[in-house]
Amino acid sequence: MVNSIEVKDLTLNFGSVSVLKNMNIDVAEGEFVVLLGPSGCGKSTLLNCLAGLLDITDGQIWIKGKNVTWSEPSERGIGMVFQSYALYPQMTVRGNLSFGLKNAKVPQPEIDKRIARAAEILQIQPLLDRKPAALSGGQRQRVAIGRALVRDVDVFLFDEPLSNLDAKLRSELRVEIKRLHNALGNTMVYVTHDQIEALTLADRIAVMKGGVIQQLAAPLEIYNRPSNLFVAGFLGSPSMNFLKGRTIDNGRAFQFGSTRIDLAGYEGGAVLERDDAILGVRPEHITVSTVPVSGPSIPAEVEIDEHLGADSLLWLKAEGTNMSVRVPVEGRLPAGTKVHLGLDIPKASLFDSKTEQRI
Amino acid sequence: MADTSMNAMTGPRGAKPKKAMNPRNIMLYGILILVCVYYLLPLYVMVMTSLKGMPEVRLGNIFAPPVEITFQPWVKAWSEACTGLNCDGLSRGFWNSVLITVPSVIVSIAIASVNGYALINWKFKGSDVFFTILIFGSFIPYQIMLYPIVILLREAGIYGTLWGLIVVHTIFGMPILTLLFRNYFSSIPEELFKAARVDGAGFWGIYFRIMLPMSLPIFVVALILQVTGIWNDFLFGVVFTKPDLYPMTVQLNNIVNSVQGVKEYNVNMAATVLTGLVPLVVYFVSGKLFVRGIAAGAVKG
Repeated sequence: MVNSIEVKDLTLNFGSVSVLKNMNIDVAEGEFVVLLGPSGCGKSTLLNCLAGLLDITDGQIWIKGKNVTWSEPSERGIGMVFQSYALYPQMTVRGNLSFGLKNAKVPQPEIDKRIARAAEILQIQPLLDRKPAALSGGQRQRVAIGRALVRDVDVFLFDEPLSNLDAKLRSELRVEIKRLHNALGNTMVYVTHDQIEALTLADRIAVMKGGVIQQLAAPLEIYNRPSNLFVAGFLGSPSMNFLKGRTIDNGRAFQFGSTRIDLAGYEGGAVLERDDAILGVRPEHITVSTVPVSGPSIPAEVEIDEHLGADSLLWLKAEGTNMSVRVPVEGRLPAGTKVHLGLDIPKASLFDSKTEQRI
Repeated sequence: MADTSMNAMTGPRGAKPKKAMNPRNIMLYGILILVCVYYLLPLYVMVMTSLKGMPEVRLGNIFAPPVEITFQPWVKAWSEACTGLNCDGLSRGFWNSVLITVPSVIVSIAIASVNGYALINWKFKGSDVFFTILIFGSFIPYQIMLYPIVILLREAGIYGTLWGLIVVHTIFGMPILTLLFRNYFSSIPEELFKAARVDGAGFWGIYFRIMLPMSLPIFVVALILQVTGIWNDFLFGVVFTKPDLYPMTVQLNNIVNSVQGVKEYNVNMAATVLTGLVPLVVYFVSGKLFVRGIAAGAVKG
């Protein structure tokens, strides 16, 4: 099978500033890939390169088995949806949808047919003769998606399409985009800084930082087995607890302050004995008990408890390190309580603190 | 408890009443009226004088309204006043000014708007340097360039023609107009431009079908700036044309400053008002759009 998008050794420099560094990504046909990262990591820039809106410095871009490195955006077989919707304000919704088709000299009956189909899929038929100014944010974004839809292309590029919407609308449209992807089966590349969007929408997530892809894998793989400290800290809210310590006993245990934590069951490479190691445990992989538990347990003290509705967060201090633990509502404890923490080692991640890579 | 609840019902409620005659308003409107009078007084004197006959003008009371209204000075200023050998008044200058202003305004705005659009949306290597040089051009005093331009126009064979003057006006309007359009276009979201590119529109397609329809206010601003600027120009008109083709301002000067015969103040006043009429009308017709466009163009530097 031909990959839908292939990025080969893509490099982009603005003057002496290197924005994207030697990037390689293959996106399979029908796959939903999310580019995730903090602002300034180059994710939108990469998308603009794919769209042909930015000239790249080196490398190649292939779409549907065709080298489009030097092609105009309109010739690449892509549709794009922007954060600010970017609807042409002086045209009606119908005008917005047909603008690209008219430029491509598509015959009028075909234009009407495609607009009717897109309007039906997105349920915007009643809006077709309105101007964008008369639409709500959610409706505008639907029209913007429609503009990509009528182009009848295989690849959709989304540039933070939901960032301008309020929280409720955002989750509605998120589901709708997922539904659209299931129905159409297009390849989609989606840029966001919202990890919920990334985790829910993606077949695979590419976590980016500083113009480099840190990890490209399925959402659960990224969540459970982050390949380095940055990925581990970026995903998850609240973020992963990092315990600084060292590995002992030929890699069989982890020394955290005065507590010895047995690493039996850890899924990873050869641990060996390292002086600088970091044990990462997600807040939901820690158990809290008011009495000492059997096996390794870390003494800690509750500082703040926050109730989130469905569950609660306990913020604790253990061996001088701030930690957060997710507990069920009935597990809430008042501040000042002395507790013992148990760790779910098979779900933990161990990092070398020098290379910041997962062990 | 009952007392307080009674007070709550009968006490102040709703919008606070405002007195029309408070110190703030008296100060505000007083100053506004004063400034208006200060500005309008010369105009009043001009119009009044232009409606008087010469005997009445000689009485010397410039603020008095005319006893006997006559439009003769206006007729004379428009079609009979003599400058040199020509005795067809300002009308010749008026038509010359129209022939100069209309093409200059259209050509300069057309070029400058495309300049501004290209400088923002189609950045090329050295586009910023180009823009800086262009802006620098607007700081060079005109006087320095007068003679070199005379030579250039002579070499091009259009010295002393209306077209020569039109070229000069177009060039000198370029820095400020380009700046104006560049700043306005930079306030239009870049994503709109990107979306149009994905939709397959090219340089001119985006310019005419996306940018132009969104930019009416700034075009009105440019129009007003250019019409008033070129219409009121005196220096270029007198340097680059010859007496037959003098624009209205130069002709006005020649009428007012003519040293022969009696000084006809009423005719002079009428001629001056006539000359100022075109920019005045332009301002009144498009004032609102002008303010909106100026504000929009000034946001970003």
